[in-house]
Amino acid sequence: MARKTVTAYNRVQAARDSHRPMGGYYIGRMVDNFVELHGDRRYGDDAAIVSGIGFINDKPVTVIAMERGATIEERMKRHFGCPTPEGYRKALRLMKEAEKFRRPVICFIGSSGAYCGIDAEERGQGEAIAENLFEMMGLKTPIISVIVGEGGSGGALALGVGDTVVMLENSIYSVISPEGCASILWKDSSKAPEAANALRLTSRDLYGFGVIDKVIDEQDRNAEEICTELKNFILSEIAEKELMTTEELLAQRYEKFRKIGA
Amino acid sequence: MNIIELLGFGKGKTPAPRDCKKCGAHISGEELAENLMICPECGTYMRMGAMERIALVADKGSFKELDKDLGNANPIDFPGYKEKLKDAKKQSGISEAVVCGTCEIGSCPCAIFVMDSNFMMGSMGTIVGEKITRLFETATKQRLPVVGFTTSGGARMQEGIFSLMQMAKVSGAAKKHSDSGNLYVTVLTDPTTGGVTASFAMQGDIIIAEPNALVGFAGARVIQQTTGEKLPEGFQRAEFLMEHGFVDVIEDRRRLKFTLTNILKVHAYGRKRAKSS
Repeated sequence: MARKTVTAYNRVQAARDSHRPMGGYYIGRMVDNFVELHGDRRYGDDAAIVSGIGFINDKPVTVIAMERGATIEERMKRHFGCPTPEGYRKALRLMKEAEKFRRPVICFIGSSGAYCGIDAEERGQGEAIAENLFEMMGLKTPIISVIVGEGGSGGALALGVGDTVVMLENSIYSVISPEGCASILWKDSSKAPEAANALRLTSRDLYGFGVIDKVIDEQDRNAEEICTELKNFILSEIAEKELMTTEELLAQRYEKFRKIGA
Repeated sequence: MNIIELLGFGKGKTPAPRDCKKCGAHISGEELAENLMICPECGTYMRMGAMERIALVADKGSFKELDKDLGNANPIDFPGYKEKLKDAKKQSGISEAVVCGTCEIGSCPCAIFVMDSNFMMGSMGTIVGEKITRLFETATKQRLPVVGFTTSGGARMQEGIFSLMQMAKVSGAAKKHSDSGNLYVTVLTDPTTGGVTASFAMQGDIIIAEPNALVGFAGARVIQQTTGEKLPEGFQRAEFLMEHGFVDVIEDRRRLKFTLTNILKVHAYGRKRAKSS
């Protein structure tokens, strides 16, 4: 298929494809001797976020990944990859641990959004995301955010405040789902393809806007090739960020987001 | 002090009469002004515009607006958005969904932002994000506390990813302000939802809410549709948030200025510090 014929909504569908690899896959492929670390030390452990420590080549890293699981049982357990407040708080706890030991943080993002439920509201879904944005802006260690699937709104951004933000070609990143947008604006969720177009949510759109730093091509490549390029890119970004002083790193991170819509 | 003047309607002018949405009582403009837009029959808090709120808490004549009109943005050229902005301006009489500036509250100088639900439901796009970010940056430079009133339907979808990124942008400015040792107080007003709840509304050192204000991340209807569960009584109201530990103070609108003044003074803002230093 020629690239020109791929619509924005095709990308949305590709990003949501139930066989599309999510965070867990990339951990398995990239991270050696991975030790999963559980729990937010506040209330619980959210299975929608898989996080821990390990090595990429010989580089010690902290990895935080959204994961929806493969089987229906696993997807129920991980509530389809939509993180709860405990997931975001676990992520922040591990980021703080990484900061203490000056270890880079890599976040894999792929979720339709933050978990939607009464219990999530009771335990402060909004506060949990807000806290992550606030703390990530000042985290004294490099953060690389990789969007591998659906980057769904604030729930995605809560792991997305990176020094480098990279997207796989067929991932998307949006303030609202195309269905949600269509049903609010046009009272018709079947107009999602039009909304997907209007929202400019594809990786190429976002690269054009300067909102993300890199698109990893997917066309005519298998998962392993994609993974290899991604891994090399992550390592080179980390190496570059580690040459900076903490002040430079934080100033650059601030400026990166400061300039959007300025 | 004439309460009608206090509320910024000017001499001889009163707010338009309204029917209380809860008890149905018909309330005249004079009664609304006298009761600070609280229903005299049932005590329901009605929404206030940004300038009314500033009049409510700022010392008279102290408010100086900043970045009054940064224009409007249409970063993804969203269909129909330009016209929508035009209508919103006309209907609300303000240029965007937040008003920013400096003022004194009980003689304590501070930076203040007030969101306004009359402008596209207080939704946050790039101009809203930019104005609040600039306010935090000014406040950091001048070592001023920030008092922020929130009301918002969330991020403004017509600005796509640019709206979402304002959450990160403002959070960065709020973090710098905080790291420089400055105070940030938020006042959550009805309704505060979505991306605003999930960013600067919840980042205050002290979080105040108006009674019964709706505050949440996901919309109640969406939650009900998604989960099929019956929502508990008072779900996502200020009292619900306080019960779960997310709000410091629920304050009566008539006492809000007093409480804000008190908080600012406890944090050593105001004239006393200026004299002793």
